[in-house]
Amino acid sequence: MRLIDKRVKVSRRDMLRTGGAVAAAASVMPMAIVHRGALAAEPVALSKDSFATLVKMARDLYPHDKIADNYYAGVIESIDKAAKDDAALKTMLEDGVTQLNGKATGLKYGAYGSVPSEEERVAILKEIETTPFFQKIRGTMITGLYNNKELWPHFGYEGPSADKGGYINRGFSDINWL
Amino acid sequence: MAAPFDLNDDSVVVVVGSGAGGGTLSNELAQKGVKVVCLEAGPRIENQDFMNDEWAAFSQLSWLDKRTTSGSWRVAKDFPGLPAWIVKAVGGSTVHWAGASLRFQEHEFKARTTYGEVAGANLLDWPLTLAEMEPWYAKAEDKMGTTRTNNIPGLPGNNNYKVLEAGAKKLGYKEVHTGRMSINSEPRKGRGSCLQIGFCFQGCKSGAKWSTLYTEIPDGELTGNLEIRPDAQVLMITHNDQGKVDGVVYAGKDGKQQKQKARVVCVAGNSIESPRLLLNSHSAKFPDGLANSSGQVGRNYMRHTTGSVYGIFEKPVHMYRGTTMAGIVQDEARFDTSRGFVGGYELETLSLGVPFMAAFLNPGEWGRSFAEAMDAYDRMAGMWIVGEDMPQEKNAITLHASEKDQFGMPAPNVYFDDHPNDDAMREHAFKQGSAIYDAVGAIKTVHTPPYPSTHNLGTNRMSENARDGVVNKWGQTHDIPNLFVSDGSQFTTGATENPTLTIVTLAIRQADHIASEMAKGTL
Repeated sequence: MRLIDKRVKVSRRDMLRTGGAVAAAASVMPMAIVHRGALAAEPVALSKDSFATLVKMARDLYPHDKIADNYYAGVIESIDKAAKDDAALKTMLEDGVTQLNGKATGLKYGAYGSVPSEEERVAILKEIETTPFFQKIRGTMITGLYNNKELWPHFGYEGPSADKGGYINRGFSDINWL
Repeated sequence: MAAPFDLNDDSVVVVVGSGAGGGTLSNELAQKGVKVVCLEAGPRIENQDFMNDEWAAFSQLSWLDKRTTSGSWRVAKDFPGLPAWIVKAVGGSTVHWAGASLRFQEHEFKARTTYGEVAGANLLDWPLTLAEMEPWYAKAEDKMGTTRTNNIPGLPGNNNYKVLEAGAKKLGYKEVHTGRMSINSEPRKGRGSCLQIGFCFQGCKSGAKWSTLYTEIPDGELTGNLEIRPDAQVLMITHNDQGKVDGVVYAGKDGKQQKQKARVVCVAGNSIESPRLLLNSHSAKFPDGLANSSGQVGRNYMRHTTGSVYGIFEKPVHMYRGTTMAGIVQDEARFDTSRGFVGGYELETLSLGVPFMAAFLNPGEWGRSFAEAMDAYDRMAGMWIVGEDMPQEKNAITLHASEKDQFGMPAPNVYFDDHPNDDAMREHAFKQGSAIYDAVGAIKTVHTPPYPSTHNLGTNRMSENARDGVVNKWGQTHDIPNLFVSDGSQFTTGATENPTLTIVTLAIRQADHIASEMAKGTL
């Protein structure tokens, strides 16, 4: 079978963000091995703490251990940008974070981000999963994460094929383990 | 070349919609010398502009105008503004369809007689038989280049099909093959053979899959008798004092309204828009909408009993490589009430890309088990269940009391409840689908709820008696002789099979009838 290199390749956008040295390492190593800060720039609408909490929440929603934080942060960045000119959205996000932190405090942790186990954080999220705040983050993550072309190799998905002549000569029927 | 017709030309047949029904009817009439104006609500987008990108193509092609939903079906909860996944563009949903082209079975034209009284179901026999349909089916299969007909070989099976086939055969299923597909397995009628691109749902960039966009429509335009007018959304059908229709009012791209006069009007806007248009065309003479003396316009909405099964394996499958619907298991399509339900179902391979898999695998789900299923994407095989659902009078398209679309036309509401027969069939199919994948070593199988509807049927149904339905056996409305319905909304019952072949067949047959009645001067 024609197999796929499932390592996520670094993009030009990442090069600009992270500098060439890290990117050069990333280009030859699986992304998750390369340690990088999640946040490239200051948030434009949310507080730094709120932003970090939402990144944590995003990973708890769709926990792919081999996908680096910056991909989760990239989606939250898009929500942060949208909140810059949308006061109602900004309020919803900040209130949502306050609610998460409140529930964490109730469990004797200071903040959502300080809750040590995924299991306990998921239990907190379960309690708020019908709220518009939760649905906003969840819905945005579904497209933001899984429609990110850079991540498609991780899932073993090759994306467009017409420009490569389809799969007629590229393994459409090459299964060999049945 | 394409003939532009005058708005005041009252000799033309106006066809509303350019998909499987409208696109085929328009060309067939044009070939017979009848002048046709085909009004298409969406833009004209050619193959080269299609995109191998699920969300981008969805935005480019889908009908995304305001719609609402109600009823207990899960789509109303997960996708409340998107009851149907159909196309707003020239070619209609033949741009999006997967190509499966199956004839109905004989007993399916006699659902009421065969199935008997089913509580809560509004079953009725078609005023047509398979014997009457056969010669027209043959014409449709030839037109569409359906594989396994007319000596056209079947398509080769892709990885997704090979998994289905191996599992199905281990279970003892016999009718397992790569389908009757209107996708060229060899060059035919000026179109090339399938390149196994995948992305059949996003519009076929190579043109190997039959679509009215690049077959019927240009063929019709070459006669000089057909004008396709894109970006022209019909809002109302008008009538004269005698109660005959005499034209349509439509909105252009800029929202500006025009009236096109007509000798005959044929409605083919799919099973949500067609009844919506008839209902919205109410007048002092027809206060409940056009052709609605039976009260059946918009009712008996069917969407096929669907669902998907995804099997996760230890080793890669790469199900997305090649045709989306690459093969079929037909053994369960039979009528056999020992399974606990009437009607039958097909199992057909289906694949989604990563973006749509995330959205549809189990809408709303999150957490580690979901992420783990997504991590197994390249090790998944997938199949779609398509079975006959029960017509129910309460399942209906109605005009929303307050919500309106961008042209000020009342938005359609789609109400749907599954019938207990639908639920029983879906459960049986889920179980059999899982058994197929388990037979070839699946680690896990996932049961995916129905997607927004692609098979929308039955809302202007065909009936022998005017009191039971909206149109007669020719698709002619019982109430208004020069008003026809030409799409899947004519279906009396849904049958087990994917509907496009039957829609095209009815359109060819209807064109023959309309042209001959016009020649006789009776229309």
